[in-house]
Amino acid sequence: MTRLRGMLAAAAVTLALAGGADRALAAEAEVAPPKHDWSFYGLFGTFERPALQRGYKVYKDVCSACHSMKFVAFRNLVDIGFTEAEAKALAEEYQVAGEPDEFGDPTTRPARLADAFPSPYANEQAARSANGGALPPDLSLITKARENGPDYVRALLVGYKDAPSGVAMAPGMNYNEYFPGHQIAMAAPLSEGIIEYADGTDASVEQMAEDVATFLHWAANPELERRHSMGFQTMIFLILLTILFWFVKQRVWRELDH
Amino acid sequence: MAGGPARQYNNRLVRWIEYRLPIFSAVEATIGRDMPTPKNLNYWWSLGSVLFLALIIQIATGIFLAMHYIPNGAMAFDSVEHIMRNVNHGWLLRYVHANGASLFFAAAYIHILRGMYYGSYKAPRELLWIIGVVILVIMMATAFMGYVLPWGQMSFWAATVITNLFSAIPWVGSEITTWLWGGFAVDSPTLQRFFSLHYLLPFVIFGVSLLHVWALHVHGPTNPMGISARSKQDTVPYHPYYTSKYMSVIGLALIILAFFVFYEPLFLSHADNFIAANPLQTPPNIVPEWYFLPFYAILRSVPDKLGGVILFGASIAILFLLPWLDTSRVRSARFRPTYRYFFWIFVLDVIVLGWVGAQHPEGTPLLIGRLATIYYFAHFIIILPFVGWFERPRPLPESISKPVLKSGAAATEAAE
Repeated sequence: MTRLRGMLAAAAVTLALAGGADRALAAEAEVAPPKHDWSFYGLFGTFERPALQRGYKVYKDVCSACHSMKFVAFRNLVDIGFTEAEAKALAEEYQVAGEPDEFGDPTTRPARLADAFPSPYANEQAARSANGGALPPDLSLITKARENGPDYVRALLVGYKDAPSGVAMAPGMNYNEYFPGHQIAMAAPLSEGIIEYADGTDASVEQMAEDVATFLHWAANPELERRHSMGFQTMIFLILLTILFWFVKQRVWRELDH
Repeated sequence: MAGGPARQYNNRLVRWIEYRLPIFSAVEATIGRDMPTPKNLNYWWSLGSVLFLALIIQIATGIFLAMHYIPNGAMAFDSVEHIMRNVNHGWLLRYVHANGASLFFAAAYIHILRGMYYGSYKAPRELLWIIGVVILVIMMATAFMGYVLPWGQMSFWAATVITNLFSAIPWVGSEITTWLWGGFAVDSPTLQRFFSLHYLLPFVIFGVSLLHVWALHVHGPTNPMGISARSKQDTVPYHPYYTSKYMSVIGLALIILAFFVFYEPLFLSHADNFIAANPLQTPPNIVPEWYFLPFYAILRSVPDKLGGVILFGASIAILFLLPWLDTSRVRSARFRPTYRYFFWIFVLDVIVLGWVGAQHPEGTPLLIGRLATIYYFAHFIIILPFVGWFERPRPLPESISKPVLKSGAAATEAAE
């Protein structure tokens, strides 16, 4: 293993220093996802609570069948507008590993508020074997881990098409306009009528994609709203302070003949 | 740092301490009322204060981050997410620390360019300059190791690429690399030693910057005219004149930092670093942080690995020789009509190198990178000595307080 790693490292260094042979692949990836006007962009950007809750439903009913979200806990759901009782009820739908019982045998218990979202697979090997060898990435940070994350996620979910003629698809792969290399192991996850929103919003593929991208961006940046409001206060304070400093300087230097 | 006239302090406690440890007069003589400072310093001289602030911000936030961070290959990435999500204001600490590094380098580069423009490295301030370059080198090592700690894909592969550079050393290269790693690849032992050193080096920077300040105060700072202060009329006390002048620059620096921290915290980072380190998967393009890009471009402009490493080292080491490569006796570029243009071409060259550093090293970017690398070294080795020999500097003013020699200077020039 270590030897293999060493060899890989040497190969990577050669690539990094001498220029990538993977350039062709990178060039193919350059289909920019369309820009979307997100509510959380801008100096005062916030998340829309209904969109976050709808997005959570999409994640829970569709994505979570294959994708883990290990950095988000049930207690965090309170931040997107669920009551504590609702979050607790959502947690209790899941069984997680508990303490060993008095005989040392493993037990399970309902999930609690403090628990992170349980992973759909026991380990990486199980995840790969259930997905034709591909590993569904953890979604906690997905919008940060991709360039223009929210736009990319939204575009990817609506970007499934029939492969253009002349493109040889590998077995089990699906054609997606926005995926680097265009061949993605994940089949189109969203389709018309796959879920029904509680608030009566029409669950079109575009709507679901937008909602789940919003939810995933919240999951990656749970501090975003606090950050924006604190930023505003900090900027006002610092700008006033700097102006005062400048006046002090003017006052101090005024008497000097220079 | 000591010296200056003994002051009489009214406060008895201050007097008691001062008699045993003259720390108050030492501060007064460094950044206080007893530090005569040329009265014509412009805002470019404020970067030293900004750098001191940046160092303090990095140390202060870093200490708190270290309370929650776990330097272990299996836990580092998760512990950073723990800081971001569960530690009170952990996201603020981390974003200030990550963007603070960029503020630190931006200020350092402007500080260095100011020194180059105004000839601050010339006698008798060569050691002051050399100590500054030493600080830059330690800063680079510290920043590089800090970038490895989050243990994302870019962290891991940056560590792999940079540590592998040592393998270019003939005969003992691979042994040295193994020794640096603490194993046969970048792994937990590497991460742990990087964390240890990343915590240590800022305090070394702090110590060396005290030497820098000490050396600065032997002959005082240069000034935009590059002539020495002759009389009392040429100087003002550092406090309150420069303390007040530089505070607004510090305010401005904090505004810029706050803007990045609160509104664009990831503008300078790379998406791949939010994917946990994976030794079995190489990112498509391994790039360092923006402040290393010019040097990275120089490294990659050479087809031979050892050659690249040598040029990379030389591109920084040549700064040590700058006081002797510049043969002009006139300090300030204000009075050096030829050097002035070459200075700005050099700045442009470094910016071009920075752009090249972010591109795939092939085709046009590689060619531009090679030309820019050649120019980078030519600036120091050819242009600086020759310009110094052949340039005819403009006449220097008599003194700082009589710069209004405009009519006089014009008269001299007309007479010639």
